[in-house]
Amino acid sequence: MKIKLALLLIISFFAFTSCKNEVKETKQTTPTSTTNEVKNESKGQANVKLTEGEQANALQVAKTIDDFSTLVAAIEAAGVQDAVVNAGPLTIFAPLNSAFDKLPAGTVETLLKPENKTKLAFILTNHVAPANYPIKQLKKEAKKGRKLYMASGKYLTVENKDGKIFVDGVPVIKSVKVSNGWIHVIDQVLVPSEK
Amino acid sequence: MKTILKSIFSLVVVASFLTSCAPTTSDKETKGTAKGAIAGNAAEKVYVAPGQHDSHYAFISGGFNGQLSVYGLPSGRLFRIIPVFSQDAEKGYGYSEETKPMLMTSHGFIPWGDLHHPDISQTNGSVDGRWVFVNENNTPRIARISLETFETEEIIEIPNSAGNHSSSYVTENTEYVVAGTRFAVPYPQRDIPIEDMKGNFKGALSFLKVDPETGNMNIDFQVMMPGFDYDKAHPGRNKSSDWFFFTTYNTEEANTLLEVNASQNDKDFIAAVNWKKISEYVANGGGKRVPANYAHNVWDDNKHMAVTTMKKDVLIVEPKEVPGAIYFLPTAKSPHGCDVDPTGEYIIGSGKLAAAMTIHSFSKMMKAIENKDFDGDAYGIPIIKFEAVNYGVLEQPGLGPLHTEFDTRGNAYTTFFISSEVVKWNVKDLKVLDRHPVYYSVGHLMIPGGNSRTPDDKYLVAMNKITKDRYLPTGPEVCQSAQLFDISGDKLELLLDFPTVGEPHYAAGIAADKVAPKSKKIYKLDKNTHPYAVKNEADSRVVRKGNEVHIYMTMIRSHFSPDNIEGVKVGDKVFFHVTNLEQDYDVPHGISMIGANTSELLVMPGRTTTFVWEPKQVGVWPFYCTDFCSALHQEMQGYVRVSPRGSNTPIKYTLDGDVPGEE
Repeated sequence: MKIKLALLLIISFFAFTSCKNEVKETKQTTPTSTTNEVKNESKGQANVKLTEGEQANALQVAKTIDDFSTLVAAIEAAGVQDAVVNAGPLTIFAPLNSAFDKLPAGTVETLLKPENKTKLAFILTNHVAPANYPIKQLKKEAKKGRKLYMASGKYLTVENKDGKIFVDGVPVIKSVKVSNGWIHVIDQVLVPSEK
Repeated sequence: MKTILKSIFSLVVVASFLTSCAPTTSDKETKGTAKGAIAGNAAEKVYVAPGQHDSHYAFISGGFNGQLSVYGLPSGRLFRIIPVFSQDAEKGYGYSEETKPMLMTSHGFIPWGDLHHPDISQTNGSVDGRWVFVNENNTPRIARISLETFETEEIIEIPNSAGNHSSSYVTENTEYVVAGTRFAVPYPQRDIPIEDMKGNFKGALSFLKVDPETGNMNIDFQVMMPGFDYDKAHPGRNKSSDWFFFTTYNTEEANTLLEVNASQNDKDFIAAVNWKKISEYVANGGGKRVPANYAHNVWDDNKHMAVTTMKKDVLIVEPKEVPGAIYFLPTAKSPHGCDVDPTGEYIIGSGKLAAAMTIHSFSKMMKAIENKDFDGDAYGIPIIKFEAVNYGVLEQPGLGPLHTEFDTRGNAYTTFFISSEVVKWNVKDLKVLDRHPVYYSVGHLMIPGGNSRTPDDKYLVAMNKITKDRYLPTGPEVCQSAQLFDISGDKLELLLDFPTVGEPHYAAGIAADKVAPKSKKIYKLDKNTHPYAVKNEADSRVVRKGNEVHIYMTMIRSHFSPDNIEGVKVGDKVFFHVTNLEQDYDVPHGISMIGANTSELLVMPGRTTTFVWEPKQVGVWPFYCTDFCSALHQEMQGYVRVSPRGSNTPIKYTLDGDVPGEE
């Protein structure tokens, strides 16, 4: 019951934020709207509009939240936006802007450069599990000692410390149900090990 | 050698390209077929680029397959087949427990039907894109299909009727859907010698009132007409909108070898029925309620199931009870098609055996009624003098006229079955303007809104009964077809030829923007009131009730809950009540159980659907998702353990080792 209420609060918070952001976003895209239209001619699934009554997918939700602006920019720079709106199911451990800020100075700028597209995509896919993992299921994974297989091909460890879920040692701050899976908010970038 | 061929080929290509650019091609264009098509850039006119949408929907009847096909125009692409009067494995329609009641009738469960004439609901004389009404000819029924869900929502059986053919046409504000019997039958139905037909057989014309909000239908009244065959019908338009017109044949009342015996009279009739007048008569308590027995099947979008109610009476109106409401207009010869132009003035009877087409005038009809310009009566119904009602005849237009639709420029387009052509003619001038062959033996034709007050007259679809050599052969049975014409110019221009599913008896068309924006995307889970719905994985469970086992199952990417079930025994009746928890557009899940011989399901987001499995063999049997739903679709599977009859294996159900809802 408590969890439900909290979730409701979180969702309504997002809904509220989303209204605020829509205005902002329109402003930002106005100057480039013509080029966007041309781009849409060869549109991917990320361009399919949300219809009334339908749940938003992971990318649509992320785009409504200011604190995910770096993540969204990275997704677009890496060209993986069509993958995160796919039927999935997907579980995304989504780093906040503050998580990217913790990286050494200049890292984000470097990663966003076109020549680093592949590397960026690799890092991002290390945050996405091609599976349906609500918190309840993550607790189960922790209990059974099962690792999470990520889209990068790497595995993440899951731990349950006093009811709080940690992935590779990073705590999940909150969770949001999206139409194609789950978003778990984290405050650290999960840089894959090179092994 | 090759290069020579190549250069010849390129010359040909260049030549045809040049021809296409020539300025005066209009005459040449329409003469040939293949040649004309290239010259007129037909390919360009029907090309809808990948990702782009068609401008119109076409709802084409499937005839003996009992279904309605949804096509896009101008591309001719098939989007969906809507099951109406027949079971359909693709959608589980008529197989799932919830949809089975849709096919109930007074004769029991009928798994197939013969679907004929789609007609779109109207507001102020224009198609409004809310519902499509269709008729079943064999076991007389009328169905209503929602254009939000593209599913059949309601089917009502028509009593005192047989061969429900002059159906299912709507009045200008969808006040009524009309269903007329083609075959006269004893009224009341009883055991009498067939040769006693005359006078004992009747032809019921049924008027179904439509609720303006819900679309729900009920038979307001049946007019019990003389025992002729009522073949086709058309509501009046504009000034004649209070009237309904029905063609009749077999006014001879023959009951054998009709191909000869029903062709004796030189003229049969168009029956003109003032429905407004009879409706008022009935509203004021007129008519007589008589016993009847017919099914009314209604689908509920929140309960996600259909319920059958057997209705036990119907209101009958005898023509003589409402003087001045019904007249006969003499029409040559065994007329089939009955069509009224957008102004409502011209009533066209296509005598399928006649050398000429009969065009009556509504204003002349009204004057003749006023002047009592009658030529006797038939069973008490006044017959208006032919000269007093006839506007004119279209002489020698073609052979075997069947059906007519209209444009906004005063022109009519009529199909000719025997001479396999569509003829364009001016209604007022009674002059043939153009003709174009069709391939072959055309039945109906359709212009979007072409039977309404406001035709949307860019395209015409002709529907052919016979195709012979038009496509790659597929054994003795070959497809039937539709042919798309551009009618925006002076000449009919053939654009496209595409196969249809089943026999295309008729079609209804509408601009896409009147339908597409309202098309439903998902069923909302919080509105689901199905008694076996489970809205949360934690509530999924298995309950035994005697030898019935009810599985309250959920599906979400990419698993079922529960997915391990034990305690089922041979001899049990196992109900899978499956709820799709997705709230995402275009993410249905399917479920199939080995050995289930009722149905496999395809469940839309937010919907609950049920199938029954009666396990006959001991063992552990799998079920799985049948719709490629997600990247882990192949993982979406589970097992049911079946123990021997009488064993004491307890009911047990889990997901990932735990009972759902228990941590």
